[in-house]
Amino acid sequence: MPRRTDLKKVLVLGSGPIVIGQACEFDYSGSQACKALRAEGLEVVLVNSNPATIMTDPELADRTYVEPLTPDVLAAIIERERPDAILPTVGGQTALNLAVDLANAGTLEKYHVKLIGASIEAIKIAEDRQLFKDAMRSIGLDVPQSGLARNPREALEVAQALGFPLVIRPSFTLGGVGGGIAYNIEEFRDLAERGLELSPVHEVLIEESVIGWKEFELEVMRDVADNFVVICSIENIDPMGVHTGDSITVAPILTLSDKEYQRMRDAARLIIRKVGVETGGSNIQFAVNPEDGRMVVIEMNPRVSRSSALASKATGFPIAKIAAKLALGYHLDEIPNDITRVTPASFEPTIDYVVVKIPRWNFEKFPQANRTLTTQMKSVGEVMAIGRTFKEAFMKGVRSLELGRSGLLFSSAELDRVSGTPGVDGAPGTNDIEDDGTLRKRLAVPTDHRMWDLFRALNRGWSIEQIHETTKIDPWFLRQFAEICDMRREVAGGGIGALNPVALKKLKRAGFGDAELALAVGAGETAVRDERVSQGLKPVYKRVDTCAAEFESFTPYMYGTYEPSCESNPNGRDKVVILGSGPNRIGQGIEFDYCCCHAAFALRDEGLETVMINCNPETVSTDYDTADRLYFQPLTFEDVMAVIETERSAGGDVSCLVQFGGQTPLKLALALQEAGVRILGTSPDSIDLAEDRKRFSALLSDLDITQPASGTATSREEARAVAARISFPVVVRPSYVLGGRGMAIVYDTPTLDRYMTNAVDASPEHPVLVDKFLEDAFEFDVDAIADATGAVVIGGIMEHIEEAGIHSGDSSCVVPPFICPERHLATIRDYTRRIARALKVVGLMNAQYAIKDDVVYVLEVNPRASRTVPYLSKASGVPLAKMAARVMAGRTLADLGLTKDVEVSGVFVKSPVFPFVRFPGVDTILGPEMKSTGEVMGGSSSFGVAFAKAQLAVGQRLPQTGTAFVSVNNTDKANLVPIARDLAQLGFRLVATRGTANHLRRNGLEVEVVFKVNEGRPNIADEIVNRKIDLVVNTPLGRESYLDDRAVRRAAMMHEVPCITTLTGAAAAVSAIRGMRQQGVSIRALQDYYAGIAAESV
Amino acid sequence: MDAILALEDGTIYRGLSAGADGEAGGEVVFNTSMTGYQEVLTDPSYAGQIVTMTCAEIGNYGVSPDDVESRKPYVAGFIVRDASPVASNWRAAGTLREYLVANGIVAIADIDTRALTRLLRSSGVMRGVIVTASGRAALDVQALVERARSMPQMEGSDLVREVTTNKAFDWPQGDPGEFSAAPLRQPKRRLKIAAYDFGMKRNILRRLSAHGCDVRVYPASAPASELMATKPDGVFLSNGPGDPAPLTYAIDNAKTLVESGVPVFGICLGHQILGLAMGGRTFKLKFGHRGANHPVKKLATGQIEITSQNHGFAVDPESLPHDVEVTHLNLYDHTVEGLRHKTRPVFSVQYHPEASPGPHDADYLFDDFIALIEER
Repeated sequence: MPRRTDLKKVLVLGSGPIVIGQACEFDYSGSQACKALRAEGLEVVLVNSNPATIMTDPELADRTYVEPLTPDVLAAIIERERPDAILPTVGGQTALNLAVDLANAGTLEKYHVKLIGASIEAIKIAEDRQLFKDAMRSIGLDVPQSGLARNPREALEVAQALGFPLVIRPSFTLGGVGGGIAYNIEEFRDLAERGLELSPVHEVLIEESVIGWKEFELEVMRDVADNFVVICSIENIDPMGVHTGDSITVAPILTLSDKEYQRMRDAARLIIRKVGVETGGSNIQFAVNPEDGRMVVIEMNPRVSRSSALASKATGFPIAKIAAKLALGYHLDEIPNDITRVTPASFEPTIDYVVVKIPRWNFEKFPQANRTLTTQMKSVGEVMAIGRTFKEAFMKGVRSLELGRSGLLFSSAELDRVSGTPGVDGAPGTNDIEDDGTLRKRLAVPTDHRMWDLFRALNRGWSIEQIHETTKIDPWFLRQFAEICDMRREVAGGGIGALNPVALKKLKRAGFGDAELALAVGAGETAVRDERVSQGLKPVYKRVDTCAAEFESFTPYMYGTYEPSCESNPNGRDKVVILGSGPNRIGQGIEFDYCCCHAAFALRDEGLETVMINCNPETVSTDYDTADRLYFQPLTFEDVMAVIETERSAGGDVSCLVQFGGQTPLKLALALQEAGVRILGTSPDSIDLAEDRKRFSALLSDLDITQPASGTATSREEARAVAARISFPVVVRPSYVLGGRGMAIVYDTPTLDRYMTNAVDASPEHPVLVDKFLEDAFEFDVDAIADATGAVVIGGIMEHIEEAGIHSGDSSCVVPPFICPERHLATIRDYTRRIARALKVVGLMNAQYAIKDDVVYVLEVNPRASRTVPYLSKASGVPLAKMAARVMAGRTLADLGLTKDVEVSGVFVKSPVFPFVRFPGVDTILGPEMKSTGEVMGGSSSFGVAFAKAQLAVGQRLPQTGTAFVSVNNTDKANLVPIARDLAQLGFRLVATRGTANHLRRNGLEVEVVFKVNEGRPNIADEIVNRKIDLVVNTPLGRESYLDDRAVRRAAMMHEVPCITTLTGAAAAVSAIRGMRQQGVSIRALQDYYAGIAAESV
Repeated sequence: MDAILALEDGTIYRGLSAGADGEAGGEVVFNTSMTGYQEVLTDPSYAGQIVTMTCAEIGNYGVSPDDVESRKPYVAGFIVRDASPVASNWRAAGTLREYLVANGIVAIADIDTRALTRLLRSSGVMRGVIVTASGRAALDVQALVERARSMPQMEGSDLVREVTTNKAFDWPQGDPGEFSAAPLRQPKRRLKIAAYDFGMKRNILRRLSAHGCDVRVYPASAPASELMATKPDGVFLSNGPGDPAPLTYAIDNAKTLVESGVPVFGICLGHQILGLAMGGRTFKLKFGHRGANHPVKKLATGQIEITSQNHGFAVDPESLPHDVEVTHLNLYDHTVEGLRHKTRPVFSVQYHPEASPGPHDADYLFDDFIALIEER
């Protein structure tokens, strides 16, 4: 069947900002879909509010709208573009929900737009838990017993009928938000209430618990002719009760017999038919009782998903790309398998290796958060590892997590000595003092630490049966873990001599890294490496080929293993190895993957062969289409060096690009250079110079550039001395950190002492940095490109909307700057140029500035890709990362025609999104430590509307009118007056706490007084819950304790009332409200911005 | 204990013994199915073959008396990358290793099975020998290669004699079990089927029974007249090992059946025998089809079935007379997967609609057989 001919123009929906449960896997799937549709000659219109995506690159679609994903905005885009169809299945839950909204609003009908990939009926059956259960029963499939409730009373009735424990699942929420497990009536009341509130339709499903059952997933595809294939089977090592996004998972399924597996496959086929997914991919989850094999259907997602991205990377079968083609009417057998070329896509991939996925959490960012893992996803990223055996894949996966130190799995003697110390960068501390009872408890209630607890139990000699009883993890996996423990024990403490050829070969084949072994035997990593090399032990690379070697593979998608035969077959061309950014985490997310992909595209255009190394399955960089060669490997020195040596073996010059993947590759730069690897672009020494506080300060002094007074400290006394010299407030932070980890603003000596004692492991190599904090300063970010001739082009100056003290990643910002005098901008440009030249930057450089009392200060300079590069590139239409990569490969800026500073043809606001809704009890206040997971961009011709659109895109719908609650600290009171006056003029009724109200009244404003939370009831939190408040302005910054305000901010967040915590933010919100009232929201494609074509109103 | 695999081209793989002690020789083939190793071990079609599982972890869910396809394992030897030391599944009655040892199957683990698979893919299947030994020095590698070279060739050998039943028997109508999918249609009355056992998998019998057939199983050498004398509603020709060409007795019987006008259904070797009986030729595939993921297209509808396969020979479509049509094609290499006689009630498929192991997509063929019988 040729593809359907009624489609000429297709609208693709993206998934919006990166949030927990919806990350860059949808950039991967959306980009694939766009490419596949355009390859078929269709015109593609793309909408996604997230500028840090490859899919929003203007060349990926014919029309690219970086606009809020709301029904109104979509309706305007549909009216303007008149697409024939919408593809809603590659943009996660966001896109599916939007499709339903558009259908309900009549937009689809009005403009005669078809849905392709999934019908509204199919979406509804899959998403509505009761409809889904009924559908499953009607085809003879078993589901957990359950009942629906629309209010607390109904919820209690269902609970009484079913008995505890119970699972609560709000309808239509993302990644299980608001769900959980209740073991008793009290927990149940809380969860049910929250679930009802969070569900957009105010409905929860209450379900019989299948906690502890084995959990499986099938990634399936179906075409319009009812052909059906299973692409990948996935087994969750963590049994039911832990969200699959928080589970360690393995592919293929390892503990089901063929009889059980085929029954599951038959069920999947019935399900996709019954739900009515006519074309495309779906994810179906099952639970199996380990006692008797009873199988129940848990849920199905009628779209591509995080698991389908994993499945695509795990098998080499590009699900999203094929799904897009199927949506056009192709049959599976009409689509070729890219990897084998000779066989069609109508088959089931078979794999001859094992894939392990391990989630990456960021709880250290949210110390008050409950770390228990439940049905609501809490991890922010994941790694995938491929090995020829489960052990190898698992050990590579653990190594890929980059938890800051090796030996995590083992509470060996050396780790016991530091027991109780919180780990570095997310690594859990070890604590062997606890008794068995405590350990059992920790094993029984899953947290992000469970795997380390499990290994500790094994090391203590707990039996597999004991651990199985507590964790319900399948004994097969426990046996594998026990074998890993035993293998390590055999060589532990034995020195390098313990690594005799037999032992070392066995350990390397089981996936142990050199660093892990060094720690185990008590030797240096270099010694282990030397010993290994002297024994002739090095990894080989096998291909991921969809077919277990049955056919030849034409795609160099590889993983490393210790076996005799290597399939890498490098060629002798000159090549660049691009190091990716590893698992997503707060502070190092999709922006860096975007830059790495752009480096691959640009360097390929430069005639170089590109080699990508990364271990994050969600990303575009790990699509085998992105670079010429892909190594799915951990980003450690050992693993990276092995790839480089293999690629070198064919002759040809091999250099390495480390500046685009964030801290992960940067950490390796010096070691790689010392090992003789040529680093492309800015030298590691310059990178180090910029990171090294002392050297960098000296450089700025030489250049006569101002910076805040600062010092370094390794002890409490030293810190006090620095603070005395530069005066409070100060910013303190550990050196070499990501996303402001461990960073704090300190106003007094006791707090400083506490910080130095508790917060960080300070050492002479890694002292604590103490800087003068420029309170109330305005902050700016600058991205620039410099070439080897010393030419520097400014990519853009971005003004932060929030004042100093809030991490730049958490601050909204705007380009071009909107309230900064030109003379300061000139200074910023001048400083940027001089610093870039002084650092001999070749490539990208990011600098942060602050302006206070008419003085421009340099806060920080990083000669590498920054988080703002993609946003600036989208705003300006100039692909900065690509330009930089070409400059690093030897081009001059003049060659590239980039001789003037980049300008933008509009006003573009970037706003962050936060994961607070998933962490009950966590304060939503912003500070110097980054907490946002993603970002959106809003564009317009005026600041107000651009800001309003950015807010809309993060789900913060600013009210046009209503009641505004204001409560600010004393320092802010004076500056609040004009904002409050503006609000009053815009027709808002003002409500304030007593102190703030008095101040405003003295300034002639009409204000009502409301109780603070601790003053009595009804208080402001009650008012918010009762939906009497439309806007909250609450600034707790400064010296005052802000604990009292937490309740207000949380109430606002849970009830989706916009809550602004800075005065500058409030001022921006006021201009936004005014802009919206005066101009309304308009839409404009990026292509039109670049061509200077005007916007169209919504 | 150590083990060595030696191939006729001189390639040597050193690994660990994963089954019985001793030596075993045969044609080395690979199977890409990720589940169902016990069904593979006990499929009589693997007689004379050493099977390599490409899936990396084998034995995890142990073995179960419910997962056998015949009375014992028939493979000549077994090759895996990583053999599970434990059995972890509620259905398991023991570990894979215990099962292999109890049944005297020599096996090797911990070798580069992917390299072996690539070799077989590019050079074609070849003969090999696995031997276990407690000391590696004791093994004369060159002698092993020689022994591999002296193994009989698969082409021209009659392996059916070794696996067929020695006397006819009735397959009991039993409980199909919880993993048996309900058939789409049932005949109006239970049908009487006579089946040739060339090395028949039990799941064919289970499926026929579930589809409403009472089956009497005959030795491969039984004359067609003996079957026809019982006036069966239909005749079934089973799967089995090796080359169909030397099975002249079976081909002659098949000719008689085709001529007789009785409905005939053949699977795998049975399909090849029918192909030969209807005037076609067969040839040996380079490395065969063995796995559970092969796409087959039903030409009449364009529908794709994901199929379970195990064969090293195939029917040459060019050789078929005009009254025989190709009904199914393999989408990997476009070899013949199904045949139908245009005027007589005879059809056959190269793959395994009874699955076990593998997907159930082709179970409709049993319905087709019943429909063919009932139409008469």
